[in-house]
Amino acid sequence: MTDHVRPAPLRTEENDGFWTAAAEGRLAVQRCDACGRWQHPPRAMCPDCHSVALSFADVAGTGVVYSWSLLHHPQHPSFEYPVVAVLVTLDEGPRVLSNLVGVDPADVRIGLPVEVTSAPTAEGDVPVFAIREGRA
Amino acid sequence: MNGSTSIVGVGATEFSKEAGRSETRLAAEAIVAALADAGLTTADVDGLVSFTVDPVEETELVRSLGIPAVRWSSRVPYGGGGSQGMFQHAAAAVLSGAARAVVVYRACRSRSGKRFGRARVAPEPVSGHSGTTAMQWATPFGVLTPASWMSFESTRYMHETGTTSADFGRAVVQFRDYAATNPNAYFAGRPITLDDHQNSRWIAEPAIRLFDCCQETDGAVAMVVTSSDRAADTPAPVQIAAAASVGLFEEEVASNHYRPDLSRFDGTAEMGDSLFRAAGLERADVDVAMIYDAFTPMFFLQLEALGFCGYGEAKDFVADGHLGPTGALPCNTNGGLIGEAYIHGLNLTLEAVRQLRGSSPNQLDDPHVALVSAGRTGVLLRR
Repeated sequence: MTDHVRPAPLRTEENDGFWTAAAEGRLAVQRCDACGRWQHPPRAMCPDCHSVALSFADVAGTGVVYSWSLLHHPQHPSFEYPVVAVLVTLDEGPRVLSNLVGVDPADVRIGLPVEVTSAPTAEGDVPVFAIREGRA
Repeated sequence: MNGSTSIVGVGATEFSKEAGRSETRLAAEAIVAALADAGLTTADVDGLVSFTVDPVEETELVRSLGIPAVRWSSRVPYGGGGSQGMFQHAAAAVLSGAARAVVVYRACRSRSGKRFGRARVAPEPVSGHSGTTAMQWATPFGVLTPASWMSFESTRYMHETGTTSADFGRAVVQFRDYAATNPNAYFAGRPITLDDHQNSRWIAEPAIRLFDCCQETDGAVAMVVTSSDRAADTPAPVQIAAAASVGLFEEEVASNHYRPDLSRFDGTAEMGDSLFRAAGLERADVDVAMIYDAFTPMFFLQLEALGFCGYGEAKDFVADGHLGPTGALPCNTNGGLIGEAYIHGLNLTLEAVRQLRGSSPNQLDDPHVALVSAGRTGVLLRR
């Protein structure tokens, strides 16, 4: 359907749970089993209580645009331009970097309510966002 | 640290888009020039400091320079954000007695080699200790370049403060004016108008146009740091009044996406406070400043964080002409990283030394104190 195939995310011991969930179409964020702290990007230890018991828990997948940018140059064949890049503050608190899809670039703004969807890469899906219906 | 160490020699290669020789050779040439400037030889050098991302292998460098014994070597993390941290490392080495004279350096082929502005789709998980671990989270979403990583802070800053692209452009016009009369600058003889800036194409909309971007440069800069006692025997020493480095929790260099408020450089604010406290100086004592202008918005956030104007007031400070030669705070008088060259921040320190020695191409009237900020690290220099 498209010539643009996103590069696969780089997997590490810390982030694997995030990308595994994403490949299954779920947005799961790391949470400390001991104190309940949500944290993103994931890390080796909870910086609040130093517990190493950390899990990836599904989130609601809703949030608002914290910041954005329309990327015009340089262009890479993996993407369609302009790339609509966003930082989304999830309802649970953490901020995630992603794309806003199915949107006119002229409509992107801070505070826009969004919800998660998926986009394919060379290896599995990654979470991207769309404007939340009826809330824009 | 206050004044007890000094920069006693500076050296640089030419700045170009195609050096035609290795980074190791560029570094060696700049270091030899810096030693000659100080009236020292390699036998006087026993310390080496650079920062991450520099491709020069220390061992190769020593083999070429013929340094008899190295007693101190280190690298500051954070890439260009760590560029001024080299002076903290060098001064600490000298003050502790670990080394007598330390060479600091950076060599780049960021245009003819691996271009800094290229699109990167294969990041390393920890990004070569450059302080940009969040880069891996940007790649699958097409956020592939320094301008794109830094665009999120920029857009949020514009949103919070009402700053516009034209406000950024007024600073660029000033930097290009300085560059126009600096024969070493890439943009020597090529000043621009605000219209030229506003007509330059978008790189990352709504914050960064082509003319907001620093250069990609081939070249090297080196300096020699030793005790101020020894510096008294050298021709043109400049004192390190203070050197500081602050990295806050959840703050990254370039890929700074997770601090609570991205419209403020909280780390730079703490770094600046550390500098002035250690030096016993006030903001009003600063005669000239070099502030890391990788992209124009980064200059605005630092100007505010360093306390030279209030939050959201950089646009007014710039519009009032305060960056110019007769302004309250002449800034980036070499043309900055945007107008002169991008030796990963070290050419800003070079210009600060030139101003204090009276040898800048855009010489100010008798400056005594210069500040250099790379955001996460900085120095106050004094003569």
